[in-house]
Amino acid sequence: MTHISVKVDGTTYEDDVEPRLLLVHYLRDRLGLTGTPIGCDTSNCGACTVELDGASVKSCSVLAVQADGSEVTTVQGLAHDGELTALQRAFHEKHALQCGYCTPGMLMAARDLLREHPHPTSEEIRHALEGNLCRCTGYQNIVRAVQAASEEEVPA
Amino acid sequence: MTDQAVEPEVGRARPRKEDARLITGQTNWTDNISVNGLLHMAILRSPMAHARIERIDVSPALDRPGVIAAFSGGDFAEVLGSLPCAWPVTEDIVLPDHPAVAVDEVRYAGDPVAVVVARDRYAAADALEAIEVDYEPLPPVLDLEAALGQDAPLVHSGKGTNRCYVWPLKTGEDFDSVRQRAEVTLKRRYHQQRLIPNAMEPRAVVVTPLAASGEYTLYSATQIPHIVRVMMAVVTGIPEHKLRVIAPDVGGGFGSKLQVYGEEAIALAVARRLGRPVKWTESRSEGYLATHHGRGMIQDVEIAANRDGTLLGLKVDLLADMGAYLMLVTPGIPILGAFMYPAIYKMGSYDFTCTGVFTTRTPTDAYRGAGRPEATFAIERVMDELAVELGLDPVELRRRNWIGHEEFPYTTIAGLTYDSGNYEAATEKALALFDYDKLRAEQADRNHRGDTVRLGIGVSTYTEMCGLAPSRVLRDLRYAAGGWEAASIRVLPTGKVEVVTGTSPHGQGHVTCWSQIAADVLGVPFEDVEVVHGDTKAAPQGMDTYGSRSLVVGGTAVHHAARKVVEKARKVAAHLLEASENDLEFTDGVFSVKGSPDARKTIQEVAFETFSSHDLPDGMEPTINAEHLTDPDNFSYPHGTHLCAVEVDTETGQTRIRSYVSVDDVGRVVNPTIVEGQVHGGIAQGIAQALYEEAVYDDDGNLVTGTMADYLVPAAPDLPDFVTDRTETPATSNPLGVKGVGEAGTIASTPAVVNAVMDALRPLGVHDIRMPCTPERVWRAVREARR
Ligand code: FES
Ligand code: FES
Repeated sequence: MTHISVKVDGTTYEDDVEPRLLLVHYLRDRLGLTGTPIGCDTSNCGACTVELDGASVKSCSVLAVQADGSEVTTVQGLAHDGELTALQRAFHEKHALQCGYCTPGMLMAARDLLREHPHPTSEEIRHALEGNLCRCTGYQNIVRAVQAASEEEVPA
Repeated sequence: MTDQAVEPEVGRARPRKEDARLITGQTNWTDNISVNGLLHMAILRSPMAHARIERIDVSPALDRPGVIAAFSGGDFAEVLGSLPCAWPVTEDIVLPDHPAVAVDEVRYAGDPVAVVVARDRYAAADALEAIEVDYEPLPPVLDLEAALGQDAPLVHSGKGTNRCYVWPLKTGEDFDSVRQRAEVTLKRRYHQQRLIPNAMEPRAVVVTPLAASGEYTLYSATQIPHIVRVMMAVVTGIPEHKLRVIAPDVGGGFGSKLQVYGEEAIALAVARRLGRPVKWTESRSEGYLATHHGRGMIQDVEIAANRDGTLLGLKVDLLADMGAYLMLVTPGIPILGAFMYPAIYKMGSYDFTCTGVFTTRTPTDAYRGAGRPEATFAIERVMDELAVELGLDPVELRRRNWIGHEEFPYTTIAGLTYDSGNYEAATEKALALFDYDKLRAEQADRNHRGDTVRLGIGVSTYTEMCGLAPSRVLRDLRYAAGGWEAASIRVLPTGKVEVVTGTSPHGQGHVTCWSQIAADVLGVPFEDVEVVHGDTKAAPQGMDTYGSRSLVVGGTAVHHAARKVVEKARKVAAHLLEASENDLEFTDGVFSVKGSPDARKTIQEVAFETFSSHDLPDGMEPTINAEHLTDPDNFSYPHGTHLCAVEVDTETGQTRIRSYVSVDDVGRVVNPTIVEGQVHGGIAQGIAQALYEEAVYDDDGNLVTGTMADYLVPAAPDLPDFVTDRTETPATSNPLGVKGVGEAGTIASTPAVVNAVMDALRPLGVHDIRMPCTPERVWRAVREARR
């Protein structure tokens, strides 16, 4: 067991964890933060994407112990006081989700992109979302949503 | 309420009600469910395609930390019946026993052999390694044709054959005589590669038992909670009224969750045995082996026509890979397709035979479109080949044969009656959006210049049968269940409305669409409607969601139930207003007396009156709630035209989709945004079959594409922007005029893309490429042709 201290969506947690525990399982099973889903076991799908100290990572390829002393943001930490982010609103308005399983990962990956490139082209968006698979939407509306969010003044 | 006319909800591009939870992570996936004392289950699966289990010992697993119990097949054989097949398509079909956990023989890589239950998921997975199994290898059965040979090894030795069934459909003039008099005949063989559905949410099951009353709640990531409940009652012996099945949020299905899975039965058996709640969640790689696959067919197609392009007849011989066992509707998938090969074309002869074949691979079953994409692919590919043979433009050949707009209703050679359609309109619109002539000119130019990057144009026109299905037709097809759907509407005392539906969505937006339908009929605000689904206690009746049936059958049921509510409310309003029912008008939720607009009652007021029941007409039951069960009269038949332009690099074999246009006619549209979204997703899946995806096995029967790293699910850069549009020819077989849309894109896109690739390469002498048209296959085909 290793002791870790992690700040997740604004709350600090102190825990003893097995060294092999994946960050995604720590979030889901230990903290009950089930907004971040798991879609694969090979780090290919991106469903589990979260923000670790400001950069998007696949939380199934990070150990919980590696997050010690870090700050993690999940999809559940995006909206503040019921106020959705521009990206969340755009996903809703552009119908960028169907079953919604890929959506947390898409939102987190798109946030990362917009921070680096506030005004990406649709090609840049497609490229940036390469590691996030969606089986329902065919991606077009996701690309539209990210583009729409990039046109807003409000930060993503 | 104001008296201002309200804009109708049906037809409005409403953003979805569903989204609020999904974009904030407040979801309820099955794997999110946790309860006190929860145990985790892991399954040991056969590493071999075919073997006898000589010895199995699960006891070493019990010594591992956190392990509570371990079981082998024998433990389940005593308490679980065979997993069900509900579609025995012929009287003499071979129906092998299908144990949830193999007892003495394994028949595909992934067949379950043992189960471990532990305190956490890591411990359960670890303990699998301790289980000892001795396998005696048996020969795998992989090739569909060889499997039917005299000396082929048998998948089910007790059955004496790998032939599961032979199902013929011969109508019209005898095909042999048509072949004799035809001016042109063409024969082609097409391969429908196996596909792995890849719903983004892996399957998951949670069972919570209540020992004292013998009740069980089964949460499952399923498309079909109602069917699972019936079947699990049969398989486990748990009385149906003690079994509650809940499909919480479900992350996509595409047919792969239209299934009754062994893991559901195993979890129930384990929870019953241990008296503890149990969870199982598949990993993606496990799902590749254990969740059913789609497609898997060899199609021999022969078409007969005159030189002017008039089609005379079609012959189809199909070998369909069942895999190792018959799942819920495995045998029926190709039979659904049987009716669709003649597609939108008129012809006088049709000769179809399907042979179902057992192999030692993961069982197949429904995958997006289920039988219909395969059929459409074959006919649209061979139509293109025929056009080349006749020197006709492929669109022109289709035009010469399709059913004219004025000819509906039209009974096809396969025996279906298409109620409505307008193939001309959809095609003209698609051609205009696509800029067909300009692309043809560019193609000719590139060919002339000998450009290494060739342009190809592919067309596919299609229809499908949705709205499954009239129960009597299902009886004739030997499908065990009915095709009706249920809806009930509860108008609450405060005037808010609950719509209870028997359909079970997993991304299709039922909550939004059903709200729109009910709001229109009841004259209440869209926001005042909530939709209850996916729980056999809260929504006790239903036939669930698959085959684009939800809107056509389930939406129709909602419409009818809402009409019943209004009719009952009208009686109450007439009573309260002391008017005759016939003198009442009902507009935007308000009953008013003709000629005296001040005498009025809103439907919300009526609802409250029926709740208090202080002053109801004599003999009337309280509340204006109503229920309706709809059994459709006919299928529905969406149709459309898809056009695809590809650039194929003859040096690298790489195919890039340059433009993609679809015009779909799904009848009346309830929510254009949702329709567009479903078309996008459908096209993406169809392109994936054409270019990227295939479940590949090695000669020993191991799944080579066993992880998401090896099986290419297209990502955003792999797909283009689609141009989608619609024509609207309402269905005449339901009051909403709707036809269904979930599968349209998938059905149409695969042949459009492959036709385009072939169109690009034909001048180089390439005449066929097996799907998926990967760079390697394209490159080889080009090289071969150059030799
Ligand atoms: S679950 Fe992390 S990438 Fe798939
Ligand atoms: S919305 Fe279903 S996987 Fe993306």
